[in-house]
Amino acid sequence: MLGKLTWAAIPFDQPIPLFAGAIVGVILLAILIYIALKGWIPYLWREWITSVDHKRIGVMYIFLAGVMLLRGFSDAIMMRSQQALAFHSEGYLPPDHYDQIFSAHGTLMIFFVAMPFVIGLMNVVVPLQLGVRDVAFPTLNSVSFWLTATGALLVNVSLVVGEFARTGWLPFPPLSELRYSPGVGVDYYLWSLQISGVGTLLTGVNFVTTILKIHAPGMTYMRMPVFCWTALAANLLIVAAFPILTATLAMLILDRYLGFHFFTNDAGGNLMIFMNLIWAWGHPEVYILILPAFGVFSEVVSTFSRKPLFGYRSMVIATMAICIIAFMVWLHHFFTMGAGADVNAVFGIASMIIAVPTGVKIYNWLFTMYGGRIVYATPMLWSIGFMITFIIGGMTGVLFAVPPADFLLHNSLFLVAHFHNVIIGGVLFGAFAGYTFWFPKAFGFRLHEGLGKAAFWCWFIGFYLAFVPLYVLGLLGMTRRMQHYDVPAWHPWTLVAFVGAVAILVGIIFQIAQLVVSFRHREELRDLTGDPWDGRSLEWSTASPPPAFNFAVLPNVEGGDAYWTIKQRVLEQQTLAAEPEYEDIEVPRNSATGFICAFFATFMGFALIWYIWWLVAVGFVGAFVTFVAFAWRDRTEDVIPADEVARIDRINRSARSAALAQMQPAE
Amino acid sequence: MSHTNRGLHLHPGDTAPGDEIAGGREVVEGLLGYLVGLALATLITVVAFFISQTTLVWQPSIPIALFVLAVAQMGVHLVFFLHITSGPDNTNNILALAFGVLIVLLLIGGTLWIMYHMNHNMMPMEQIMRMQQ
Amino acid sequence: MSAAQGTAERGPYPIGHDATEHREPHAEHAERGVVSKRIIVGYGFWIFLLSDIVMFSAFFATYAVLSDATAGGPSGKDLFHLNTVAIETACLLLSSFTCGVASIGARAHNDLMYYGAMAVTAIFGAGFLSLEIHEFAGMVAIGAGPSRSAFLSAFFTLVGCHGLHVTLGLMWLLTMMAQVFAKGYRADILRRVLCFSLFWHTLDIIWIAIFTVVYLMGAAQ
Repeated sequence: MLGKLTWAAIPFDQPIPLFAGAIVGVILLAILIYIALKGWIPYLWREWITSVDHKRIGVMYIFLAGVMLLRGFSDAIMMRSQQALAFHSEGYLPPDHYDQIFSAHGTLMIFFVAMPFVIGLMNVVVPLQLGVRDVAFPTLNSVSFWLTATGALLVNVSLVVGEFARTGWLPFPPLSELRYSPGVGVDYYLWSLQISGVGTLLTGVNFVTTILKIHAPGMTYMRMPVFCWTALAANLLIVAAFPILTATLAMLILDRYLGFHFFTNDAGGNLMIFMNLIWAWGHPEVYILILPAFGVFSEVVSTFSRKPLFGYRSMVIATMAICIIAFMVWLHHFFTMGAGADVNAVFGIASMIIAVPTGVKIYNWLFTMYGGRIVYATPMLWSIGFMITFIIGGMTGVLFAVPPADFLLHNSLFLVAHFHNVIIGGVLFGAFAGYTFWFPKAFGFRLHEGLGKAAFWCWFIGFYLAFVPLYVLGLLGMTRRMQHYDVPAWHPWTLVAFVGAVAILVGIIFQIAQLVVSFRHREELRDLTGDPWDGRSLEWSTASPPPAFNFAVLPNVEGGDAYWTIKQRVLEQQTLAAEPEYEDIEVPRNSATGFICAFFATFMGFALIWYIWWLVAVGFVGAFVTFVAFAWRDRTEDVIPADEVARIDRINRSARSAALAQMQPAE
Repeated sequence: MSHTNRGLHLHPGDTAPGDEIAGGREVVEGLLGYLVGLALATLITVVAFFISQTTLVWQPSIPIALFVLAVAQMGVHLVFFLHITSGPDNTNNILALAFGVLIVLLLIGGTLWIMYHMNHNMMPMEQIMRMQQ
Repeated sequence: MSAAQGTAERGPYPIGHDATEHREPHAEHAERGVVSKRIIVGYGFWIFLLSDIVMFSAFFATYAVLSDATAGGPSGKDLFHLNTVAIETACLLLSSFTCGVASIGARAHNDLMYYGAMAVTAIFGAGFLSLEIHEFAGMVAIGAGPSRSAFLSAFFTLVGCHGLHVTLGLMWLLTMMAQVFAKGYRADILRRVLCFSLFWHTLDIIWIAIFTVVYLMGAAQ
């Protein structure tokens, strides 16, 4: 009846997950009860859960990323403390446990922190920057989010029901085959990623279509903000790479569930095909993560240097070059696996070449800052921190691109330091820069600056304390993922790394405090005009938060830095442009499709993991019926009457008029 | 939505992939296009099946011939069934297709090249498994 | 769905602009205005299909690498019946043609053409599927199932994935017939018919690759 699921799946004999699960369960229950008692459920259902508004969906993505960051970080601090303790000792995490922790850490951080964060930022910002009302397929957008949430949920359920994979964040065979991983851990991983992978792919389709086909009048391709270009490149990579992940995980699933022989040790299976295919996805994946972060920096640096971005054309070309070359370097993740010198050389050279367009971008940011009047607001601090940190990480990456060097350093802590260097220094710093930059736009009030700066410094210092020792350890020969060791030279470095992790923890605490304090003081921090940073692109021309329809009338774009041009004219004339002719606006209707589909997908995923076949069928039928029901609806849009549009717009116009008196045109 | 349903007048501009050129075509002309495509595709298919089984052709050339015929038939499908043309209204569709083709070539070509070398350098699996015992 | 109706109400995707992408760059008024929903939906689905093609190419690449890994078991030459493959190919090709007829019928709001051609498409599709299922069952029965060897795993997955897509396509086809029956030739329904025909034609394109690489090359060794 319940497949493989029995009471033994709950880790009664393992105090740590049991405790952690219990605490999280109690907290979640408490939150749910609180929300219910306050009567917020109808509001949440109407305004958030069934929303197809890109701004709401983007915020939910970022919220998911933040919560998962806490879980992924607790895994990290467990790993650091274990390694600090486990010198001539077993530490406090048995190997079986430790393996699950580092696997969960990587899986969560890549798939359920970095991806949702980046996708969330693109969701909130891209339609606003393009001057349009929403993405191409709003309901599909909602489906994408909820499927991603399903994946995150399944990974977290594995903590208390069953186990997680012990194979690392990429489940290499033969370890991940049924023979050597007979438990449900790898299955949790596989189904969670297959389900959320569908969501991500749909996001890719959605954004490529939006960016290429839906623009405000006059917004040609070469007038789009650079963030939109990097979003386009990242989403093209999603469309190109995620199907490979789907296929590869499907093959592993077939091996495990139906006895196929793709990657087994017998009957002709070839484990190297998995390596090849998974990295053919895996490399574009890291560019999917970093390209939007690059876009954030372009926006932040030009805004806070109070100058147009230097070298727009070369930025665009560099972005698209990175997009294409990203698909030509993947073997550098397995130089040591025996492809031979010729193959290694080609991919090594390609990996070095891809550093060039990134270098172009860095120079462009530096030249943007040069001669500008720099404002050291929190987003700018994150950007400068990124530039320093990412360059170091990138250089170690180019070092890895040299196959002979890679042979020495592969799978050592030097590698771990490198990729954390670029992912934290690049993706996470970029995400935080974007978060602090666009928070006022999304919520209508600014974040507390002091706490933001404190958080930045803790993260920045903490990062170096945590990861520079790992570079040293790698050079001293320490392999990754070690549960214990007995080399004396390593121990002091693991201690320093642990201190760094604690510093980062303090940074995270500051970020949480920042949220709480900012919310409490939101009236003082209120963004009245919608343009708190003196921005350059169209999202700053809307109110904060923007109305559901984004723009009362789609703006006419006449050049790059579209909003800046409009603003300068307004400042010179000391009056807003004439009130537009308001018309009725159609907005897409809310839909529960995403949530309900994900609901069935969760049960389907859980059932597939535990071999509960009848529940699989129920889940599948449910999802299909939901789909068809959605396809059958007659009313797809609501109309906001012109009067209402006018009323909403006039509020913002009067706020801006009031602020106008105090503003000067730029020199 | 309250749009009326008086047939499909695509406004000039981009064409959706799979759609005919905007402006409304005669049904007969449309059918003719599909018929020509069907005839060409059938011809190519028959030739492919024939070549794969015959001894009249120099044997080593067969895989290449089959490959060329397959690509040709895909082209026929793209042009006659999917209406992908080189007109300016189709540029986005062609660019997307080109991107997809590039990825496919990189993936398949890269995999074949890499795996050929891997297999060449790797000890046979049976030998590896015996080492474990 | 009529475009450019002058004072047509502005939806989220206002279609009143006459701008085309390829006007001269110096045109003063709006360039690259918002395009029609039909184009947006068609393009989005086209992008999705390209992603599907990438997924198939991952299976193709795997098949190509594993085509010799027969583990002492039967190879393609032993197993493939080209006559069956020829009939399957004919079924799919003809169904592609009738799908084209159906899309003309849909755009012309011609019931006979639409329903008739869709039904014939379904019949050809079902014919293809039944032949393929029969082939698979036969192979399993003689011990040449997917768990026999890596080659067979790759074969069943590649060809089976295509067959699964055809199955889903048939379900979609029936749904589209039902939708037109229930709601008429409404603009959004017609957009879905467009997407369906894109899907169906692409499946035939993938089949070209399959019958060439898997069957013709496999049997020609």
